[in-house]
Amino acid sequence: MIDDSRPIFLQIAEEIENEIVEGTLAEEAQVPSTNEFAAFHRINPATAAKGVNRLVDEGILYKQRGIGMFVATGARAALLQRRRDRFFDQYVRPLAVEARKLGISPHELAEMVRSSESVTGGTP
Amino acid sequence: MTSVIETHNVIKTYRNSTALDGVNLSLEPGKIYGLLGRNGAGKTTLMSMLTAQGFQTSGNVRVFGESPYENDRVLSRICFIRESQKYPDAFTPKHAFRSAALFFSNWDQAFADRLVDDFQLPLKRSIKKLSRGQLSAVGVIIGLASRAELTFFDEPYLGLDAVARQLFYDRLVEDYALHPRTIVLSSHLIDEVANLLEHVIVIDKGRIIMNDDAESIRGSAFTVVGSAAVVGSFLSGREILHTDNFASLASVTALGVLTPAEKREAAELGLELAPVSLQQLVIRRTLAASTGDLNAVANHSLEVSQ
Repeated sequence: MIDDSRPIFLQIAEEIENEIVEGTLAEEAQVPSTNEFAAFHRINPATAAKGVNRLVDEGILYKQRGIGMFVATGARAALLQRRRDRFFDQYVRPLAVEARKLGISPHELAEMVRSSESVTGGTP
Repeated sequence: MTSVIETHNVIKTYRNSTALDGVNLSLEPGKIYGLLGRNGAGKTTLMSMLTAQGFQTSGNVRVFGESPYENDRVLSRICFIRESQKYPDAFTPKHAFRSAALFFSNWDQAFADRLVDDFQLPLKRSIKKLSRGQLSAVGVIIGLASRAELTFFDEPYLGLDAVARQLFYDRLVEDYALHPRTIVLSSHLIDEVANLLEHVIVIDKGRIIMNDDAESIRGSAFTVVGSAAVVGSFLSGREILHTDNFASLASVTALGVLTPAEKREAAELGLELAPVSLQQLVIRRTLAASTGDLNAVANHSLEVSQ
């Protein structure tokens, strides 16, 4: 849901990215219109359009005049690559900081990550 | 892009008080503007000047490129929904809508009918006998169904319950998406309308103290919570809007955007970061403007908008 921490257009763009990464929005599937996004999230339509257009500029979505917006082929792979690039800063670093604060050694931390595999269903 | 509204140094003084103190504004077509500020800040006075329901003491007002005063070309394109709209004594909502249909060339009767259903408004009851909320609903329906190129809603929600207010916001977004127009929404319920706004204007004591895109305002301030000494050194050099102290802890709201590196630094220092909502920011900026250095605040808002 929309929060106050960042511009809304970024949050809209991320929501669409998430759906593509998770496969809810398949490649070549039609994306809801900006007005549908605006009505659903109760946000300004111009803001919703800005979020969608950001993904168009990045080649994740493409527009077909008069029909609507679609997920580009290859969008999922591109998004996955981008997220992998950010994974260390976004997840690993804060994890290590918190672990150090709690006195969890790197070895214990690695062990925890390994054991979490069984909780979250193992390798995909 | 041609402005819908252009004001130059507008001043309005009443016998002993200054209601507007040098207002310079430029509103672009097709946007939803939020006009925010405390009671008595000058919101209604400003909207009255823009709709020729009052006359400025000095300065210049242009609406659709012309002076709005006694100017039908301009006024026929404007709809102003006042918080305390008066209707003739014998009027029912049906009469009010019929008059509106005659006056506003873009009036959509089917949309008005749907809104009457939405708000469950009794059409044939005398307006005098309507509840406060039903009276507000009459105004909201006229404001939406008129589809005027320039629509002002001056605190249109008095007496409307949470469900009816949400209905208003939903219909506003839906209809605006299909029929873009310039909307100026004055409200105290900032949290409720924040996400609907494209641009935010905050007025305090007759002066404009914020005038920015809503999206550049979002995330333009942040709150840091942690040990007072650590918070102090982390924020050194930043413009501080507000400080709360509790024992050795401090919660400080500062202007600016943190880089990912700074966020990491905050986390490594054991500081907690929290976003600041538009409503919180407006409160802080209004209080800062009335107690602190007005120019510093105004200058900062210029930096944010660039």
